[in-house]
Amino acid sequence: MNIIKIEHIAKIYRVGSEEVHALADVSLTIEKNEYVAIMGPSGSGKSTLMNILGCLDTPTKGLYDFAGENVSQMNDNELASIRNRQIGFVFQTFNLLTRSDALHNVELPLIYAGISSSERKERAMNALKSVGLGDRMTHKPNELSGGQRQRVAVARALVTNPSIILADEPTGNLDSKTGEDIMKLFHQIHQDGNTIILVTHEEEIAKHAERIIRLRDGLIESDTVVNNRYIPKNE
Amino acid sequence: MKAIPWLITDIFQKMNKSSFLLYIKHDTKMKNILFEIKEGLIISLKAIRANKARSVLTTLGIIIGVASVVLMSTAIKGIDKSFREGVASLGSDNLYIDKWAWFNNDTPWWELRNRKNITMKDFKMYKELAQLPMAVAPSVFTNRTVKHDELSVQFISITGTDYNYINTTNLTFSEGRFFSELESKGGRNVVVVGSEIAKKLFPHGGALNQYIKIGGRKFKIVGVLEEQGSWVMGNWNPDNQVYIPIQNIYKYFANRRSRGVTINVRAVNSGMVEATKEEAIGIMRRVRGLKHNEPNDFSINQQEGLLNNINQTVGVIQIAGLLITGLALFVGAIGIMNIMFVSVKERTREIGIRKAIGATRRTILGQFISESAIICLIGGIIGLSVAVIGSMVIAQFDFPVSVDIDAVILAFSISLITGILSGLAPAYTAAKLDPVDALRYE
Repeated sequence: MNIIKIEHIAKIYRVGSEEVHALADVSLTIEKNEYVAIMGPSGSGKSTLMNILGCLDTPTKGLYDFAGENVSQMNDNELASIRNRQIGFVFQTFNLLTRSDALHNVELPLIYAGISSSERKERAMNALKSVGLGDRMTHKPNELSGGQRQRVAVARALVTNPSIILADEPTGNLDSKTGEDIMKLFHQIHQDGNTIILVTHEEEIAKHAERIIRLRDGLIESDTVVNNRYIPKNE
Repeated sequence: MKAIPWLITDIFQKMNKSSFLLYIKHDTKMKNILFEIKEGLIISLKAIRANKARSVLTTLGIIIGVASVVLMSTAIKGIDKSFREGVASLGSDNLYIDKWAWFNNDTPWWELRNRKNITMKDFKMYKELAQLPMAVAPSVFTNRTVKHDELSVQFISITGTDYNYINTTNLTFSEGRFFSELESKGGRNVVVVGSEIAKKLFPHGGALNQYIKIGGRKFKIVGVLEEQGSWVMGNWNPDNQVYIPIQNIYKYFANRRSRGVTINVRAVNSGMVEATKEEAIGIMRRVRGLKHNEPNDFSINQQEGLLNNINQTVGVIQIAGLLITGLALFVGAIGIMNIMFVSVKERTREIGIRKAIGATRRTILGQFISESAIICLIGGIIGLSVAVIGSMVIAQFDFPVSVDIDAVILAFSISLITGILSGLAPAYTAAKLDPVDALRYE
C-alpha cells in the first residue's frame, strides 16, 4: 500500500527576477514499511523534497498524496495536523526544546494532538524506555550526550505512532560510533513495521536502507534497490 | 465546572436526537479549546520561569503602570468623596442669599461688585416676610487671629451669625452647644469653635468654658464642634472656623469693605427647596425695591451649583490623572511588546520545532499571548500590592485614599488587557512564521 505518492512535483523559488527550480519534476511512491534513503549533493533539491514530504512546505506544482489525502492543496492548519499525526521528524541538530526535560520534549506532539496529561505521560515514558532512555527522563538536553539527545528526538518522533519517520541527516552531528548506534535504532524501528525516509549524503549511512533515491539538479537521477544492504548486528 | 455536566444532561433532555448529536460535537470542540488554553498556560508559565530576569524587568514596567493607575484612581475617588462630603455638610436643602453668585458665567463680575450689599435690615425684612423656610440666619465673615495663652492661630475665618444659624446647618458638637437666643441677641462675648482650632489652642483638651482672644477681644467658648472632616472646603471648613454673635462682628471688627450679609435659608425638605427659592426671590425683590424690569441684584446660591462645579473639577482631575498614569501604563505596554518581539525572534527555532511537530498557528498565537498576559497579570498583582502599600502611606498624611474592590478589578482588567494587546502583534509574528525558515534559523 502506498503511503506516499507524488506526481510531477516542482518547487520554484523566485530570487529577485530569477526563477530557481529547487525541484524540477519529481515523481515517486513510497510504500508502507519501506526504508528509503534520499541522497544527493547539496543543491540537488533533497532538502526541498524532504520539506515537501514532511508537509513543512507545499509544492508549487504537482500532486502529493499522503495516505489518501491530497496534501498539495492543504492549508496551514491541515498541514500542522498531518505533521502532528502522520509524521515523526528526526533532525540533524536534534531540535529539542533546550529548556524542557526529555519527558516534556517527547510529550510535546501529544499535547498538540490533544491527548490528556496522564495518557501523555505514560506514552512518552514508554517511548523513552523503548529508545533506552528510561533513566534519563528528567534530564534536560544539555545534560545529555549527543547520542542521547538524538534518542530523545527519535522517541518524540515515535510517540504519536506516525505513518512515516522522516530523518534528516540524523547522524550528521554524531561521531561514527554513536551514529552507528542511532542507525541500529532505526533498523529496529523499521523491523517494528515503521516506514522510514532517511535523507543523507553519506553512502555508508544510506546503505542501511532498502532503497536509495538519488537526486541531482531537482530531478531523480536514480532510484535503486540496495543489493549489499548493511544490516547492523546486535551485540 | 461541576455544574457543566448537569447543564449538559439538562440540555440533552430538552433536545431531539439530531440536535443532541450536534451538541456533542460542539461540546468536544469546547473541550479542545479549554484543553488548548490549559496547555498554553502551562507552556507559557514554563517559558516565563525559564527567562526569569527578563520577565522581572518586563514586569517592572507594568508594575509601575498598574500601581500608578490604581493609586491615581483611588486618590481621585478620595478627592471626589471629600468634596461631596464637604458639600453635603452644607446641607442639600440650603439656600444662600448673597450679593455674589458662587457660579457665574453670564453676569460680568463688576455688575456683581456694584450691587448693593445685603444688610441686616434686608435680612430682618426677609425673615419677617418669609413663610416657607424652616430656619433662616444671617452670616458675615471676617478673618482674625485667635489666641489662647501662648498659642495662636492666624487668619481664622470668623463667622458672625445668630442663634438660628445652627438650625440651618448639620453641625454637631463634641462638647457644649451653640450660643442661645439670649446670648445672640445680647451680643455676648461667646464663641463656638471648630474642632481643628480647639485642637490647636487646647492640645490637651478642655476647651469648653475657657476664654480665647479673637482679634484681641476675649470670648468664652460655649461649644466645640465635632470634626466635620470637610477639609477640601478650605476656609469654609467648619473645623477651621469660629462662630460668634453677629453684633460682635459689627461692634469689634466692622469693616467698610465687608461683603455684607449672607442669608442662610434652610427649606423644610428637599421637595420644598424650589418653592422656598421662588418665595425668596419675590421677597428679596420687594425688600430691595426693584422695579419689575430690573434684574435681580442678589443671587440665590445652592449646593447644587457647587456640586456641578465639583463634578467639573473632579472630571478634569480625572482626565488629567488618568492620561498621565495611562501614559505610564502605555510605556509599560510598549516594554512588554518589545520584549515579546525579542522573545519571538530569540525563540524562532523553538517555534519552528513546535510547528514541525504539529502546533497550529492558533496554538502558537495563544502561547505567546498568554505568556504576555501572564507577565502582565503578575505585574498587575504586584502593582496592586504596591498601590495598597502606597495608599496606606498616603493615608498617614490624612489624604483620603483607600484601595477598594473596584481598584482590584481595575488593576486586573487593565493588566490583562494590556498583556493581551501588547502580546498580540509579537504573537502574530510568531504564528505566521514559516516552519522551514524557522527551523533553519540560527
